Amino acid sequence: MTGSRAETATAHTLSLRVDEWSGHLPGQHVDVRLTAPDGYQAVRSYSLAAPADDCVIEITVQRLPGGEVSAFLTDIAMIGDELEVRGPLGNWFVWDQDDPSPVLLVAGGSGVVPLMSMIRARDEADIQTPFHLIHSVRTPQDRIYGDELTRLAAQAGGPSVTWLYTRTAPPTETRPPGRLRQNDLDDGSSRTSGATPTCFICGPTGFVEEAANHLLAAGHHADRIRTERFGGR
Amino acid sequence: MSEHRDGNALAGPLADIFTAEATTAQVRCRACGLSTTLAQLVVYGPEPGLVGRCPGCTEYVIRVATTPSGTWLDLGGATSFHFTSTVDVPIR
Repeated sequence: MTGSRAETATAHTLSLRVDEWSGHLPGQHVDVRLTAPDGYQAVRSYSLAAPADDCVIEITVQRLPGGEVSAFLTDIAMIGDELEVRGPLGNWFVWDQDDPSPVLLVAGGSGVVPLMSMIRARDEADIQTPFHLIHSVRTPQDRIYGDELTRLAAQAGGPSVTWLYTRTAPPTETRPPGRLRQNDLDDGSSRTSGATPTCFICGPTGFVEEAANHLLAAGHHADRIRTERFGGR
Repeated sequence: MSEHRDGNALAGPLADIFTAEATTAQVRCRACGLSTTLAQLVVYGPEPGLVGRCPGCTEYVIRVATTPSGTWLDLGGATSFHFTSTVDVPIR
């Protein structure tokens, strides 16, 4: 582990140097395995948060209440510690940057991590594919990558970004706080300029299923919707 | 509230067994005949092992359990796996 920085009060981005890392696709994940002194092992999957910088990869870990692995990674692990990492994994939940189709990204909480990897890959490759991110968060303080997304969205040709607040919204926000609604996604769909978008949804299982149902109801085809469920609520 | 994940979570355990990337494979459910991408299975676990269920009929399709002696793989709920001969996705 070569770096750790707080993104929010509960989410940390860890930088890991993995010797002979051969690169990865935006949306892929790694499995991290921890072994306790008594031999007990726990494995968890974490999305890669950004394109690799040579042999350095980034994951963003949301500390879960009672989470044995996430609490260790966010609170106890220190620079210099060694972790077992397997990956890159998963070729299905990935964005193909040669595909010109507009992209609709829908994230619940830390489900934004693999979607941010897609946004950063798009930015790094200087590609103009229309991207629209809808990120559902509890409060403004829970916006992982908030400053960077605001900066990217302000650039010409940058992605457009909408935050939806479930508990507390900033004073300037006109949408009352609440769970994802059908029209939140209708608005997002209309921003992807008419062409059929590829949709990526990531977040807690219940959120992903709700969002997928809204997109299907809005007329999106099932084969253009890719989902990744983190489990939990 | 549901605690399950999906077939994306099987990528790591299956990477130890298959040489081809597994989450993009098409898998056919023995119980109902539905063909789906492995990534779209409904997955429960991780302990004592991962169980991938059919998103159509919820019957089990695949089970993977890692024990101190090695890995158990039960494909009894599937009639077939189709690994497409895709062009290599360029890694950037």
